[in-house]
Amino acid sequence: MARKRPEPVQVVKQRRDAALNALVHGVPYINFLGIEFERRGDELTAILPFDDKLIGNPMLPAIHGGVTAGFLETTAVIGLAWSGLWDDIESGRLSMERLSEGHLPRMPKTIDFTVDYLRSGLPRDAYARARVNRSGRRYASVHVEAWQDQRNVLFAQATGHFLMPSQDD
Amino acid sequence: MDTQKAKMAEHFINAIPHCKALNMKLTQIGNGKASMELPYDSKIVGDPETGVLHGGAVSALMDTCCGAAAMCHPSSPSGTATIDLRIDYMRAATPGQAVRTTAECYRITKSVAFVRATAVDDDEQRPVATATGAFTVERK
Repeated sequence: MARKRPEPVQVVKQRRDAALNALVHGVPYINFLGIEFERRGDELTAILPFDDKLIGNPMLPAIHGGVTAGFLETTAVIGLAWSGLWDDIESGRLSMERLSEGHLPRMPKTIDFTVDYLRSGLPRDAYARARVNRSGRRYASVHVEAWQDQRNVLFAQATGHFLMPSQDD
Repeated sequence: MDTQKAKMAEHFINAIPHCKALNMKLTQIGNGKASMELPYDSKIVGDPETGVLHGGAVSALMDTCCGAAAMCHPSSPSGTATIDLRIDYMRAATPGQAVRTTAECYRITKSVAFVRATAVDDDEQRPVATATGAFTVERK
């Protein structure tokens, strides 16, 4: 029995990128901050390009703590939603037409979010990655790390708990 | 009381570019307490289907307000920076309504200011979010 031929790489990539794009750019706040996501396979890196409107202390200047919190929370929520949708994206069960029309899948809701400010956010681009430590049927726990120039020099980290969208509605 | 300190803090808060970008307003400040308001705006929505504001915008409001409360405490020499901030989201803020928060610096040492805050919308009996944080106390 012949094995099914794997899909062409462009088709796979296009489906993954379309899903990610819809997830990220459908949210006004994410566009307001200017956050973008880069993808390598299923690994996501969030990017926050520096902009004057992100400044919290004009004297230093430094990125606003609330911007850092919003950036990390966005990274956590998108990372969590992405890992939950991955199987549906790969199998093609997730309808790309509905996504492109703006029908986003229901997103996890933040229960609590704790940010550690390790050093002040410099007026440069920032990067963040989320790790889903536990994702159950109802609750999830996600950790996020954020850095600027050096990957090993974090300027903030956060842990959040999330309520997963219920399966039946 | 320390009106000069409150004036300074007010001046500082009103000069923050990110707060201007979100149209945040400082409504009350002094003696380790501060109140701020975040008007509803469709550009900071987190859920396009319901129009509910993103948690990040509420974080920015509560972080600023907690910082303002720390700065205007009688024992605080001047500026401050967030060490950590935890936000609990009790419910979605009602779309179309402003979010208002009041923060209180309830304890301050030589190095650390402890602050808590509550955020509400028009239904003031049911908080939208609460926050607790630790802030630096800058040396003179």
